[in-house]
Amino acid sequence: MTSSAPAIGRPLARADVRARAGLADPAYRALLTLFAVGVFAVLALIVWECARGAAPSLAAFGWRFLVSADWDPVAEKFGALPYLYGTLVTSAMAMLLAVPPCIGAAVFLAELAPRGFGAVASFLVELLASITSIVFGVWGLFVLAPWLRVVIEPWLIAHLGFLPLFRGFPFGLGFLNAGIVLAIMIAPTIVSISREILLATSRTLREASLALGATRAESLAVTLDAARPGILGAMILALGRALGETMAVTMVIGNTNRISASLLGSGATMASVIANEFTEATSKLHLAALIELALVLFAVTVVLNAAARLLVRWTTGGRRDVAGAA
Amino acid sequence: MKPRAGWMSLATQTRPPSVAPARGESAPPPPAPAASAPGAPPVAEAPDAISVRDFSLFYGAHPALKHIGFDVPAHSVTAIIGPSGCGKSTLLRSFNRMNDLIAGVRTEGEVRVAGLDVRSADVVELRRRVGMVFQRPNPFPKSIFDNVAFGLRLLGIRDRAELEARVEQSLLRAALWNEVRDRLNRSALQLSGGQQQRLCIARCLAVEPEVILMDEPASALDPTATARIEELVLDLKRAYTIVVVTHNMQQAARISDRTAFLLDGELIEIDETPRLFTSPSRKLTEDYITGRFG
Ligand SMILES: Nc1ncnc2c1ncn2[C@@H]1O[C@H](COP(=O)(O)OP(=O)(O)O)[C@@H](O)[C@H]1O
Ligand SMILES: [Mg+2]
Repeated sequence: MTSSAPAIGRPLARADVRARAGLADPAYRALLTLFAVGVFAVLALIVWECARGAAPSLAAFGWRFLVSADWDPVAEKFGALPYLYGTLVTSAMAMLLAVPPCIGAAVFLAELAPRGFGAVASFLVELLASITSIVFGVWGLFVLAPWLRVVIEPWLIAHLGFLPLFRGFPFGLGFLNAGIVLAIMIAPTIVSISREILLATSRTLREASLALGATRAESLAVTLDAARPGILGAMILALGRALGETMAVTMVIGNTNRISASLLGSGATMASVIANEFTEATSKLHLAALIELALVLFAVTVVLNAAARLLVRWTTGGRRDVAGAA
Repeated sequence: MKPRAGWMSLATQTRPPSVAPARGESAPPPPAPAASAPGAPPVAEAPDAISVRDFSLFYGAHPALKHIGFDVPAHSVTAIIGPSGCGKSTLLRSFNRMNDLIAGVRTEGEVRVAGLDVRSADVVELRRRVGMVFQRPNPFPKSIFDNVAFGLRLLGIRDRAELEARVEQSLLRAALWNEVRDRLNRSALQLSGGQQQRLCIARCLAVEPEVILMDEPASALDPTATARIEELVLDLKRAYTIVVVTHNMQQAARISDRTAFLLDGELIEIDETPRLFTSPSRKLTEDYITGRFG
């Protein structure tokens, strides 16, 4: 600053700085681009590998793979319909069972519970998410199944047996068991994300609506409305987990290739069939069919995700303003 | 103030059925007889819109407001100034019991707003009569129309024509109508910050409050938008009683009739704005307005 400055002997080299920035910026940019492209590359590789592995099956069955109910490794006939059905039924049941109480719980924890209690309860709910799926499988097998067999299913048959949904024999294992286990497994995802979203959305909006003379319930309606895209996002994540869950479902679904209209019936999901048969698939076509199942599962996940996102878009009129996991 | 009273239960916060405003397009409340003569202390016949008597507020054990007492005459603008953390927002939020939302708040003394004893009044009824504008514009993520209609719908107004008329009137009063008239169905979040803040003012005017509380309404806005809000405040005081918190002393001088200086939870001085800024009676006030601290 002053002329009596220490004698460094040369002016501050701005050029160096520029040169460094000139190199660093593109490098940084390239690195980030690489990461971003990497995500797509991995995805594309998965699809490509699956398609390659499934090629024999694709060639042999074509579209009939999706609509045929025949799965006979001995006769080398493969149709995925029962497993597609099993995956969709168990996931739908899990969502139906989990979503309403979980959103209720999230609202309670975010809005109504005393602050300390809300924090502790949320921690416990998140702990539930960290339990390995085999533990849920064991629970479904040894705790839930006997109870379903002895108490719940006989009751359902006796009182709701006039519906095709509840016909059959009480086995304890099957779609019902798998649906309940899945519902419990996806609950933490829905509760904790919805709660976060509600907490993030609510403070300013809550003050705004209350200051206008809204009652607590009316104010909550505003918050929920604003949080809807985010809550839908939580549900998408949960659905993804339900669709792909393998271990627990394999243990409790019964593993038969039937399309049972009754929830008491047994069946299999795409993920459970792959887990069950992959190690013993000796023929080339059997292996290819299993890999094609994986491809179908992947496609189902993508389609449902896209549909849910469209739903978010559609119900919010293309709003991009609210915090949302969607 | 009853902290959390009625707050835990949905059922006790029922809406009084009688509050639906009946007036059509005429300007709100009939003007009070006359503002107090300049320089004279508030005269008895002009009813005070707000009166605070020996009011203290505690966050747990921490006293945030200490024995505050003053009056706000109807149809005037009162500015509350003071350094950050001195309790300005807390005081303002005491007028419509927004502090109820905070656990562990305790109050002593009396506050009357718009003829209601704040502590014992039905909180929904109170807030219906006392509008509030926040520091950060906080429109609902809904359309512009639905934002303004929100309070009206709470009042049970369903008739489309009436809603439209009242929404238009409120937007006109908030000096926003011309900018949004042809995009009422667009999201309020597409508006600029200044427009959003005027929308929040329109939203609050729609339910025809008697008192409007503003907590640093322009502090998140650029100078042009700030000027528009200030103009609006000056315009609105003909029909409403306004209390505005600001940390900007020039702003207080420009828009307010009276200014209250708060320091550390205590009301140091309240006076006609010109006098407070030119010849404050307390040394602390003088130090603050001349920029010696804060
Ligand atoms: N929710 C709260 N809980 C505890 N203390 C608070 C809370 N809000 C404000 N306070 C305290 O009360 C005092 C006044 O705060 P506030 O009214 O926000 O000041 P101002 O608006 O003048 O900046 C500060 O000391 C602040 O720390
Ligand atoms: Mg403040």
